[in-house]
Amino acid sequence: MTIEKNLNGTELTVAIVGRLDTATAPDMEEVLKESFEGITKLILDFEGLEYLSSAGLRVILQAQKIMNKQGEMIIKNVNKTINEIFEVTGFVDILTIE
Amino acid sequence: MKELTIAATVENIETVTDFVNEQLEALDCPMKAQMQIDIAIDELFGNIAHYAYNPDVGDATVRVEVTEEPLAVVITFIDKGVPYDPLAKADPNITLSAEEREIGGLGIFMVKKTMDDITYEYKNGQNILKIKKNL
Repeated sequence: MTIEKNLNGTELTVAIVGRLDTATAPDMEEVLKESFEGITKLILDFEGLEYLSSAGLRVILQAQKIMNKQGEMIIKNVNKTINEIFEVTGFVDILTIE
Repeated sequence: MKELTIAATVENIETVTDFVNEQLEALDCPMKAQMQIDIAIDELFGNIAHYAYNPDVGDATVRVEVTEEPLAVVITFIDKGVPYDPLAKADPNITLSAEEREIGGLGIFMVKKTMDDITYEYKNGQNILKIKKNL
């Protein structure tokens, strides 16, 4: 998995390429944790995301909770398979997917 | 039937996934089913890696079997760690808001939703968890 960050003022885009699973979710958690300060808009770009397990969902949920307090979070470029995972878990109702 | 016995560690999830995918590719498994199975492996083998022998490391066996009519793949996860029935856990409430959402229980819930059958038994000192996916 690779993580690419792009900061534009207080808007941060994080692009994930590869698998977000048990082995890699801690890396994303770490990257996000050090990035939240001063951010009002967090965009997660999932164009290159191959799959997502519950470890990845946990990190996404944490990020959503933090951004609810300080701004907004948007997830973009969600493919069909990843969207099905969000549907099965009810995450479609708590995330903003564009 | 093929099986792999390997140290139950997070690092080995990838090895187990590759091992299972090799059998799935020989079956012309649809991409979606393969991804759901890969996620199930991540959840189930990940659970064993985190909890079965904690803080030690022990082995786990992953067995892949194929049944015909209807074509299905059955994957069995066996470990000799502490008895743990993941199916005993109540499903998470997936209708709550982000603030009220709990972090736990989502993994096994996803596996239940995406597999056609899932069974657990504890026998001869072994946790035996079996998932079945119709292809």
